[in-house]
Amino acid sequence: MSETPTLLSLSGIIKRYPGVVACDGVSLEVKAGEIHAVLGENGAGKSTLMKVIYGVTQPDAGTLTWKGEQLTIPNPKAARALGVGMVFQHFSLFDSITVVENVAVALPGRVDLKELSKRISEVSERYGLDVNPWRPVHDLSMGERQRVEITRCLLQSPKLLIMDEPTSVLTPQAVDQLFETLRQLRDEGTAILYISHKLDEILKLCDRATILRDGKVVTETLPREETEATLAQKMIGRKFPECRRRDDHTEGAIVFEVAGLSLEADTPFGTSLKNISMRVHAGEILGIAGISGNGQSELLDALAGERTINDKNAIQLNGIAVGQLNPLQRRVLGLTYVPEDRLGSGAVASMSLTHNALLTAHRRGMVRTGLVNFRAARDYAGRCIREFQVKAPGTEALARNLSGGNLQKFILGREIAQEPKVLILAQPTWGVDIAAAAAIRQAVIDLAARGVAVLVISEELSEIFEICDRIAVMAGGRLASPRPVSETNAAEIGLLMSGMFEGAAGQATPAAVSAVPA
Amino acid sequence: MNIDSLTPLFASAVAAAIPLLLAALGELVTERSGVLNLGVEGMMLMGGVTAFIVVASGGGLVLATLAACCAGMVAALMFAFVTLTLQASQVAAGLALAILGSGVSAFLGRGYVGNPAKVSFSELPIPLLSKLPIVGPALFSMNALGYLAVILTAATTWFLYRTKSGLILRSVGESPVVAQSLGLQVIRIRYLATLFGGLMAGLAGCYYAVAQFKMWQEGLTSGNGWIALALVVFASWRPVRLMLGALLFGGVTAFGLYLQAVGVQVSAFALASLPYIATVVVLAVISRDQRALRRNAPTSLGQSFFGM
Repeated sequence: MSETPTLLSLSGIIKRYPGVVACDGVSLEVKAGEIHAVLGENGAGKSTLMKVIYGVTQPDAGTLTWKGEQLTIPNPKAARALGVGMVFQHFSLFDSITVVENVAVALPGRVDLKELSKRISEVSERYGLDVNPWRPVHDLSMGERQRVEITRCLLQSPKLLIMDEPTSVLTPQAVDQLFETLRQLRDEGTAILYISHKLDEILKLCDRATILRDGKVVTETLPREETEATLAQKMIGRKFPECRRRDDHTEGAIVFEVAGLSLEADTPFGTSLKNISMRVHAGEILGIAGISGNGQSELLDALAGERTINDKNAIQLNGIAVGQLNPLQRRVLGLTYVPEDRLGSGAVASMSLTHNALLTAHRRGMVRTGLVNFRAARDYAGRCIREFQVKAPGTEALARNLSGGNLQKFILGREIAQEPKVLILAQPTWGVDIAAAAAIRQAVIDLAARGVAVLVISEELSEIFEICDRIAVMAGGRLASPRPVSETNAAEIGLLMSGMFEGAAGQATPAAVSAVPA
Repeated sequence: MNIDSLTPLFASAVAAAIPLLLAALGELVTERSGVLNLGVEGMMLMGGVTAFIVVASGGGLVLATLAACCAGMVAALMFAFVTLTLQASQVAAGLALAILGSGVSAFLGRGYVGNPAKVSFSELPIPLLSKLPIVGPALFSMNALGYLAVILTAATTWFLYRTKSGLILRSVGESPVVAQSLGLQVIRIRYLATLFGGLMAGLAGCYYAVAQFKMWQEGLTSGNGWIALALVVFASWRPVRLMLGALLFGGVTAFGLYLQAVGVQVSAFALASLPYIATVVVLAVISRDQRALRRNAPTSLGQSFFGM
């Protein structure tokens, strides 16, 4: 490998945003025919670095050398002209138009759609990327969308392909399929920059790895000489935190029960819920795995009370039918929840932590005769900050000024301190740094140990396996019956995530079925 | 109502539909790019007064039409600069443009109120076809702007769904962020779409001043710019449905006039308000199906785009 010439080299790249230095003197070399990992936590500067390479943003300092020639990349068009392709984390596809139209939009000059669809089929066949050019994108599963993105890049025969967190929306099987494609491309001489924070993928796939922390390169290393633990240590600068699990779990009474819940989607591309049933016992953590967009947000809306349902008995809390109660009424009965969207539904960005505490916890002595008792509210917010080690300047700090992890800890703390009987969490550690994620998972485990029924909706499979007692999988608006975590594995869950389970077989949505690799 | 009275009723429905169609077609293209320009009424009035002044000063109809288009585009350009370059709220800027257009047109046209237009568009009957019963006089005896409106509807449909530029326009309206990441020039495309909206609104104003009413008065368009906005939603952003919608609204207007003409004992004001009542009713009805509405609406409609 040392004989191959360097394709791209970055030297001393600096990019500042107001208040942060996203990249602080980053240097990086990529050779043709290698899969080069860029590893780092959220906020380590990975995405900014890729945006610099792809011409989306301009660096404040530093040089970029392509095939031995120093140049600047003013915009994505220029990057593509050089032979740089990028597959974004949040796909850059237009939902309302077909696959072939999505490709056509990105190509220069006049395009004949029929001829283009043939080229798409050729390329997708050659790399095992099964794509039907004439389907509208909103009908496609996440895995299929990614294949469209990759195909679109490959049509321009890139020398360098950037993949930004490509597996976050894929089933384990689709991940394997993606890796096959990437290896084939590498063997044909394409350089691949693989951005990720998932250590096992990097060990499995990548030839070299550059590790970033706080905008700086920590080290460059060969993954085959590393283990997950050593990589993690380099990535976060200390030992990888682990959760203490309790195994002496005894089954408590059923606290929360859902029976035959169906609900129409309220957005055009949403997923309708179909006959969902589950039971959560006291002291149990039930995990709902599945790829986002399979009905999770609709389910959370229905369970939390943001949308009420016609059959009020379909959701029962300690035997009380709550299907037509609003979120506040459900809170009074002991059901609290932490939504997926921290800034927006979980907390109000422009309000202080005290005010944010008031929003859901006001019943705990903070309002008397219609007037707010700010001392009580401040005390409550302060307690959340202390007990959950939230790094914040104080109770009057604005929610938006907290990092994702700290705000999430605060929101979780706010809900836990209300002493719920049932706690529902959606994507609890999404975009949260490793240390905070571990703290959050530990808090959830401890809460269940105190007899609270916990429901965790997450697309992070490793998280579900780490903290949950039983796992149910959501696909195409249906829920598979839960399996005890000790009796299942990632492969089985992965198959379920593609919609292959009883009650769904034969009538699963086309999108869900076609996500299964042939 | 006998069959003979249907002929003039239908003809006046079409006459009332044409300016709605012209203005709404322009707004449809603008909105498809993600820009919500509420200033259609103002741009129409600017076009109308300009056309009338050109004619009154001895200019011909072609010159008047071109001038009206330019006036509409100048108004749209102001809107585009404020919202696309300076990132102001599209809703606020659009409302301001509507008010500005009414005020400026009233000011410019104050010396012309009450005078008949010196020249005006006349009907161009198509031989044979115009002799058809009922629909003949309505559809095949229109003036030049009427035929132009039909041709432009077809052309816009073809542009939106059959050309790459149309595909790009729709893409920008759906997601400017994605469009930019693909290297499309979002702001430039939105400028062009907004200017086209101004051009078409100017044309609609021109129609009122020198083809339909053949005179100038303050507020000549009498709120039809707002109806055109509603029409775009009614048609769920599709040109052919837009044409049907324009005919429907034109029909309601014509029906009000017809009832007055045959002497129905209802206040003339009540009859004149029929199209606006119809607008409210229709919007209320189609808004009931929020999902269908959102499926067709340009996703980024009305949102400022800051680039990356």
